Amino acid sequence: MYHYTDFDAAFLKERNAQFRAQVERRIDGSLTEDEFKPLRLMNGLYLQLHAYMLRVAIPYGTLNSRQMNQLALIAERWDKGYGHFTTRQNIQFNWPQLRDVPDMLDALAEVDMHAIQTSGNTIRNVTADHFAGAAADEVTDPRPIAELIRQWSTDHPEFQFLPRKFKVAVTGAEADRAVIKAHDIGLRAVKREDRIGFEVIVGGGLGRTPMIGKVLFDFVSQEDLLPTLEAIVSVYNLLGRRDNKHKARIKITVHENGIEDIRARVDERYALIRPQFTGVDQTLLARIKANFAAPQFLKGDSAPYHSAYKHDPLFRSWADTNLTPHRNPDYAIVTISLKAHGKTPGDATARQMRLMAGLAQRYGHDELRISHEQNVILPHVHKGDLPSIYYALKAEGLGTANIGLISDIIACPGMDYCALATARSIPIAREIATRFDELNLEHDIGPLKIKISGCINACGHHHVGHIGILGLDRAGVENYQITLGGDGTEQAAIGERAGPGFSATEIIPAVERLVMAYLDLRTVPEETFLQTYRRIGMAPFKAALYPEEQANAA
Amino acid sequence: MPSKPFTPKVITANALLEGDVVYLTGDNWTRDLSKAEILTDEADADLRLIEASAQSDKVVGVYLADVTVNGSVPVPVHFREDFRAKGPSNYAHGKQEQF
Repeated sequence: MYHYTDFDAAFLKERNAQFRAQVERRIDGSLTEDEFKPLRLMNGLYLQLHAYMLRVAIPYGTLNSRQMNQLALIAERWDKGYGHFTTRQNIQFNWPQLRDVPDMLDALAEVDMHAIQTSGNTIRNVTADHFAGAAADEVTDPRPIAELIRQWSTDHPEFQFLPRKFKVAVTGAEADRAVIKAHDIGLRAVKREDRIGFEVIVGGGLGRTPMIGKVLFDFVSQEDLLPTLEAIVSVYNLLGRRDNKHKARIKITVHENGIEDIRARVDERYALIRPQFTGVDQTLLARIKANFAAPQFLKGDSAPYHSAYKHDPLFRSWADTNLTPHRNPDYAIVTISLKAHGKTPGDATARQMRLMAGLAQRYGHDELRISHEQNVILPHVHKGDLPSIYYALKAEGLGTANIGLISDIIACPGMDYCALATARSIPIAREIATRFDELNLEHDIGPLKIKISGCINACGHHHVGHIGILGLDRAGVENYQITLGGDGTEQAAIGERAGPGFSATEIIPAVERLVMAYLDLRTVPEETFLQTYRRIGMAPFKAALYPEEQANAA
Repeated sequence: MPSKPFTPKVITANALLEGDVVYLTGDNWTRDLSKAEILTDEADADLRLIEASAQSDKVVGVYLADVTVNGSVPVPVHFREDFRAKGPSNYAHGKQEQF
């Protein structure tokens, strides 16, 4: 876990003092809203539909118990007692008052956290595999490099006014749990003859024009990574379109100029700036790595786990869905579902945050993660402690056994909160989860990712959902479009639009028809929704979605 | 081409300090849409919008929102304005607590 240096702490203190003065000047009338808005956005403060919203970065999704407890305190003292974990591993507070925000930022600084560059046309919070450091399939822990990138990109003077926002994701494993191909830059650690390097993917992104990222370089050594990133962002900074907001992301730059052209420009820029990187970053990286040393794994007794697994069917169900193999066979990775049926995806109350912090401290080597799928992870848990953890979680409404299943839905805040939204997302997610819980089919359906966005900007990653739902405003009525076959993993694919959209009341039955069709169409229960879709294509699902058209055609 | 006939409007914004959705009532701002002043004359609405926008010490993001008039009470035309008037649908954290 990275701890701030004196330099980091001093920098943040100064930034927070500046922002406090800016807020005061806005309130006393010295600054107009036009002057203040870019300043507040630089510090993560948005004005949403009903209130301000403070977006706090959780770098590469890693937290310790002290930080989680502080988020709980902030939620209670300055918000309405909860926080919303986002698809970018951030947390959003939905109800802060302007006067309180400087105090909130100071409270965050106490635990090495901030909201800098969680908005604006800058390099945003660097995200990473939420199982980093724990996954069995990992080449290296991606977080030290993510932290190095965070330090390099924070307040980077050249990159404060990019053509558009810029998102970087890193994974250390072959299995992509960080959706790296849907990021402006995606990095995957690879090993070549005992040397660690990175595959560099550029130009991925969702939103209005979804694109799967392209491989720019298949291997960049660790020493060359930062100058390579600087060269890429530098090329984009000059070449990226500033004339049209909808064409300003690097995915369009890559698409319009071609990957070869971009590569040539990056090579040229790289040659120019490489000498400026004298190796300081590598000294820094070595220091950062020491912060991420693996915990001292315990040698305990796993018998309580086996006993609970044998005797308690609820525990068994939870263990089957919410646990992932850890690289230490005595350990497990626990995913805590923030998707209780009928609740708001990604929300946690202060009380729940404190419980999770306490469990991490007691059983989890003091580590927590936030996943882009809006769940919380205890990455290092000895198997013997799993029953204690499960029963504690269950008592606070956090014991839902649904990870990777139909009710583990990603949903953006949508028009319940977001000023950009064109329709609501949260009620659709809640109703789908509730419906399939009533049908008691969730576990029979098996792995199925539904992702819902309340506008074309795709914060809910609908394009990479096995079933994607996009909420739009069609002539003053909420309307929901379905895409099928999307995939956010290493086999990344953009979902295909199924046809005309559905109203808010039609969308739940439509999803139900789709899922029932899948249950009929799969060859064996083990064939997942996505596999079935890939085998038979859109037509049978379309028939299920639009039975009337089918009847008319006949 | 004839321009579209003017439809009733209210002036709305967010409060600077709290961020709450507010509506103009004469010279003041209310959080309750039913108390908002209904503007039925286009020239008057434009003028009132300019005046309201000048109150940047109190409000942010001033604009005209379409309403229909039920009796003498303004009712939102678009669902976005309906949500703004009530608050989010997932928790009673917005105005549904008050109104």
